[in-house]
Amino acid sequence: MVDATPRMERDIPPAEVPELELYHPKSWWTTYVFSQDAKVIAIQYSGTAVAIGLVALVLSWLMRLQLGFPGTFSFITPEAYYQFITMHGMIMVIYLLTALFLGGFGNYLIPLMVGARDMVFPYVNMLSFWIYLLAVLVLAASFFAPGGPTGAGWTLYPPQAILGGTPGGQSWGIILMLVSLILFIIGFTMGGLNYAVTVIQGRTRGMTLMRMPLTVWGIFTATVMALLAFPALFVACVMMLFDRVLGTSFFMPALVEMGEQLSYGGGSPILFQHLFWFFGHPEVYIVALPAFGIVSDLISTHARKNIFGYRMMVWAIVIIGALSFIVWAHHMYVSGMHPWFGFFFATTTLIIAVPTAIKVYNWVLTLWRGDIHLTVPMLFALAFIVTFVNGGLTGLFLGNVVVDVPLSDTMFVVAHFHMVMGVAPIMVIFGAIYHWYPKITGRMLEDWMGKFHFWVTFVGAYAIFFPMHYVGLVGVPRRYPEMGEAAFMTAPVDNLNAFISVAALVVGFAQMVFLFNLVWSLRFGKEAGPNPWRATSLEWQTPTTPPPHGNWGDERPVVYRWAYDYSVPGAPEDFIPQNDPWPDKPATRAA
Amino acid sequence: MGETTLNGFGAKPARPSGIRGVAADWASDQRAFKSASWGKAMMWIFLLSDTFIFSCFLLAYMTARSSTTVPWPNASEVFALHMFGADIPLILIAIMTFVLISSSGTMAMAVNFAYRKNKGATVALLLATAALGATFVGMQAFEWTKLITEGVRPWGNPWGAPQFGATFFMITGFHGTHVSFGVLFLLIVARKVWRGEYDRGDRGFFTSRPGDYEHVETMGLYWHFVDLVWVFIFAFFYLW
Ligand code: HEM
Ligand SMILES: [Cu+2]
Repeated sequence: MVDATPRMERDIPPAEVPELELYHPKSWWTTYVFSQDAKVIAIQYSGTAVAIGLVALVLSWLMRLQLGFPGTFSFITPEAYYQFITMHGMIMVIYLLTALFLGGFGNYLIPLMVGARDMVFPYVNMLSFWIYLLAVLVLAASFFAPGGPTGAGWTLYPPQAILGGTPGGQSWGIILMLVSLILFIIGFTMGGLNYAVTVIQGRTRGMTLMRMPLTVWGIFTATVMALLAFPALFVACVMMLFDRVLGTSFFMPALVEMGEQLSYGGGSPILFQHLFWFFGHPEVYIVALPAFGIVSDLISTHARKNIFGYRMMVWAIVIIGALSFIVWAHHMYVSGMHPWFGFFFATTTLIIAVPTAIKVYNWVLTLWRGDIHLTVPMLFALAFIVTFVNGGLTGLFLGNVVVDVPLSDTMFVVAHFHMVMGVAPIMVIFGAIYHWYPKITGRMLEDWMGKFHFWVTFVGAYAIFFPMHYVGLVGVPRRYPEMGEAAFMTAPVDNLNAFISVAALVVGFAQMVFLFNLVWSLRFGKEAGPNPWRATSLEWQTPTTPPPHGNWGDERPVVYRWAYDYSVPGAPEDFIPQNDPWPDKPATRAA
Repeated sequence: MGETTLNGFGAKPARPSGIRGVAADWASDQRAFKSASWGKAMMWIFLLSDTFIFSCFLLAYMTARSSTTVPWPNASEVFALHMFGADIPLILIAIMTFVLISSSGTMAMAVNFAYRKNKGATVALLLATAALGATFVGMQAFEWTKLITEGVRPWGNPWGAPQFGATFFMITGFHGTHVSFGVLFLLIVARKVWRGEYDRGDRGFFTSRPGDYEHVETMGLYWHFVDLVWVFIFAFFYLW
């Protein structure tokens, strides 16, 4: 029971930070384009992320076409295939998921959910988006650069990443990729500082940290992690850029290429791997923690029950965030490592399973005997739990050194990480869009299209990635456009591969229904009203829908309770908004 | 730093002290750091993030240095200057370090005078800090030039491991960039103090929030940080 005792306004400390006047846009340009309103910035971030995400989706079709029907498509050369996987992986992880969860949902939801008028420094927040856009453009430019985009794999491992044998290695591809990542990190830092400070220092009266919705906890923790993890990637990118452009040898050992000794020597490729994964593993949780937070709120709202074990959920998020900084070398078991280190990293990896399992139990216990409404957001939330458990279990396999060594670099790994960090967070993103679209636009998304979208996506995702585990166990390696002379090995899985590819195309086209729904409902969706899901958190209590610039009208809300007062016995309705002093009447608000 | 703010952002009195106070602050509404304004909190978090960047750079340098199979150039010879008929090891770098540390002193005094709203002294001290910072960058440019004329390049040098030049230029360059940006912002802050923008609470360009004298302190946080980082670079690069 987290303080459900309501208090009267006079018991709540007075405002510590005076109202600061917001910047008032004077023209169409400053209202909709160079806007400093976090909600507009959120939509700009999301739109850009989805747009570049569609590119990654199309690339995944091309890859699947090649894998399902090798040799049929002459334009998919092995080089092109490498370029596709690299761009697909990098876009999905960084430019879609990270940007959408933090830049998109973070910007929209944090100020509203903590009762702030905007982010603390709106101008810096705006710059964050424009630099992100620049990063995306630089990335997209590499498709048109001579030599095409880099084909180094999304991990960009040197030395191959900057050698002539890899597509883009000795042309523009890798340079543009590194520059784009550096820009992304700079842009993200500007936004991330804002999200973190808004949560720590910008909450409204009565909003204690332990009353924040779990969505805010998830996004906040992920932001702090990103601020500490991206530096490693930044440094790695700078050093690799110098290796490529200036001829330094940070990561480059002495090499012979085509019988010629290169001028590199003495660098350490393993150093890059450490830097990359010191970023890369936390990155997994940077996209997972916001998903954890959001899904908790979806489940609680749509099952009309308080979240089970709120405090435990908060601490689990924080502990997962902290632990994920000491597990990175589980991605390097096959790179060569002292056995004691392998032991250490395997142990820490398995320990993370504990807080993660706590979260899963708590979601299930929240559902237990709840009044479950199978709305579209709820369907996606349930799909998330199933998929996440699935991916988490294969993670336990791969976390053990002896099991990982034979499975590493097979399709089993591809199946694992798609389950856990591809499909699962995407499910939450869809659920969250169906959930908050009414607040953003004032209209509901069309229900039947939503259900269709859900079932095709959910069943389809399993059709794609479930058989892929088996394909990997049989021994099909990752990052191979086709099996060549080893094709006999894949004979039993050829049909499966074709099946997976067809499923991937179907799932892809179902997303077009979703996009259509987004546009169609903008005009023709049902009027939503201010609070269609009858939810408790502050964003549903704004004076107008969609919320105006500054969010709250004349006065910021005062918070009396946590965000999970659903089905409270004796309450007039089955939910009590956070800013409702029940059982006191709002009228008792004495000055 | 207790009551440091001027515009109503300050801490409210009568909070429990010590560890209980910390717990009470984190359990409270609105703000977890009761005496820190938004700008100051943001600077602290940024510096934490930046610490990770410099740590990664320095760790990369240590890895390169401890795993190289060829000799590492001898710092006290490479960084010696020929003065008064003798090779004096590390003399330039000693002066640079002294200059930068002194600039932290003038910065601290500037913060003090800013809170007393002594405009003249604040401006003078800020400009002194900026001048010392610029001197540091100038001497660094001299050092780079000297090394380059002696044949040190990012990809090689006459005395040993090529990673010497690579890490040297990268790390001191990154730090020097920090100092240069610091000088630029010191000048901007000095100008704002001089024109009385903090007395009137004019909107800052970068933040679009009303400014006040606390900006001097926030600027100071950055400056001391850059200074502290230099101590580590100095220790690991020149003394090791
Ligand atoms: C429409 C759904 C998707 C399909 C059909 C798909 C398909 C694929 C395929 C075929 C590969 C290459 C496997 C190989 O040959 O090694 C791949 C790699 C990858 N995918 Fe996806 N993917 C999808 C969604 C996602 C999402 C949502 C993410 C976000 C995390 C993601 C992240 C990655 C990453 C990181 C790689 C590794 C790239 C590399 O090896 O460098 N994918 N995907
Ligand atoms: Cu990992």
